[in-house]
Amino acid sequence: MAKRQVAFYLMTIPALLLFFAFHTFPALQGIYYAFTNWDGFSNSFDYVGFKNFINIFKDENVLNSYLFTFKYAIATTVLINIISLLIALGLNAKIKAKNFFRGVYFLPNILSVLIVGFIFNYLFSNVFPVWGQKLGSDFLSQNILGNSDWAWIGIVIVAVWQGIAYNTILYLAGLQTIPHDLYEASNLDGASRWREFWSITFPLLASFFTINMVLAMKGGLMVFDQIIALTGGGPGRSTQSIALLIYTGGFQGGEFAYQSANAVIYFIVIVVISALQLKFLQKREMDL
Amino acid sequence: MIKKSTNWPVTVIIALCSLLILFPLYMTVAIALKNPEEMARSIFSLPTGLHFENFANAIKATNFFNALGNSAKITVTAVVFILLTNSMVAYAIARNMNKRFFKTLYFYFISAMFIPFQIIMLPVVKVTTDLHMNNIPGLIILYIVYGLAFNVFVYVGYIRSIPYELEEAATVDGASTWGTFWRIIFPLLAPVNATIGILACLSTWNDFMLPLILLGNQDSYTLPLVQYVFQGQFSTDFNLAFASYLLALSPMIVIYLFAQKWIIGGLTQGSIK
Repeated sequence: MAKRQVAFYLMTIPALLLFFAFHTFPALQGIYYAFTNWDGFSNSFDYVGFKNFINIFKDENVLNSYLFTFKYAIATTVLINIISLLIALGLNAKIKAKNFFRGVYFLPNILSVLIVGFIFNYLFSNVFPVWGQKLGSDFLSQNILGNSDWAWIGIVIVAVWQGIAYNTILYLAGLQTIPHDLYEASNLDGASRWREFWSITFPLLASFFTINMVLAMKGGLMVFDQIIALTGGGPGRSTQSIALLIYTGGFQGGEFAYQSANAVIYFIVIVVISALQLKFLQKREMDL
Repeated sequence: MIKKSTNWPVTVIIALCSLLILFPLYMTVAIALKNPEEMARSIFSLPTGLHFENFANAIKATNFFNALGNSAKITVTAVVFILLTNSMVAYAIARNMNKRFFKTLYFYFISAMFIPFQIIMLPVVKVTTDLHMNNIPGLIILYIVYGLAFNVFVYVGYIRSIPYELEEAATVDGASTWGTFWRIIFPLLAPVNATIGILACLSTWNDFMLPLILLGNQDSYTLPLVQYVFQGQFSTDFNLAFASYLLALSPMIVIYLFAQKWIIGGLTQGSIK
């Protein structure tokens, strides 16, 4: 019996040590550096207490990056979930070439986010404006990635184009778990399609809705690859996400400690939002 | 059972919307095959000349086969070891959830799912550089270790649904814990291995951030990282850039064309569980 127990410990302890060394230890180090003034390469640094944290709350660039990231994350989460649910309903209906279309809608999920970003970068600068000119619209003839007020919309479009793939498949899987009898019964009762959706389909998809909302929101809050490929954070700093700010400030701007403090705050924000979302959406699941 | 006929309005809407998905990919292929004169005439039209020299130039400019080899080596090794090790860790946890050590370990790994990578991004570069792990083997180890957070969660959920009786029978027959895991449990994990394998394969192959911050030597760059590094040189030559993008995307697209049903099936099966 004791030998069996030894085996179980041998199976887990190496993983525990590696995980601690490469995940927990760096996280603790990050928290430690947040209370110093280390620039990332000097040999010495001082303990500065909460100074970094106080400065972050006064830093306009940090505030801007939070506003942009939230705006972006909320817009992509809402759009991805509405569109992917609609597509999943369509794919679940009795249509021709169902497997082909399912394959097409899932395709963006297997592609590199960075390369898709580069492709759209070109489309925004050289292709979409051609259509805008044909329509005679000055607004549509410009590269919206070059406009500091509208660049974020361009990033949302790319993220939604790619993000709906995975959520569509999850919703489709959810739709297929709903028994057919329910719809037949509601047909006999003469329920409208609209009523059917809100009374049967949507409530029974509740757990899928929760997962998709949390995943999309977390992905949105951590946006990085799209920004690198599309705008690099510009024009100006209008599309600088929190992740990008930590990366550029920490590695290139000599703000290792300062951005570590930013990362600590960012971590707390993500945990709080994920927890609130789970609590709210799961309560809703129960109520339904 | 009421047999409904094809729903044509929905078929048409789904078909039209799928054009939105296909259009950027059509543009990628078209631009990759044109030359600048053709581009000047019309961006949208089908290529007339099929300029395969774009691909030859892109392969030379980005050292494509080297990057392809790196990406393949990293992805295959990471996925194989993720499947072998993460499932084993999850097995030990799932069968000992009544013990404090294993239960704590379970929540320790799972809680890491909520930690954004950015908080460890800056220090992990320091740690890996100090240990001389800022190279391909180091990157592979990080993928395997970071996979634990999500994979242990999925594996434990699945293993707990496997009845104990099988293992008890094996124990009576004198099998060790290791033998029980490899011969009895691991084969039973096939459906969840498929799901985790596909997810790990996609995320490792397409990952940009870890290679970006970790890999120091240009010879060890992965496919996405190469596209980023050469972006500056591409800027004037879109045909070369798009040939390079298409080359970088194509291995996954080819696999997807052949294994599409299996990939989507594997992912949905795991998500319902």
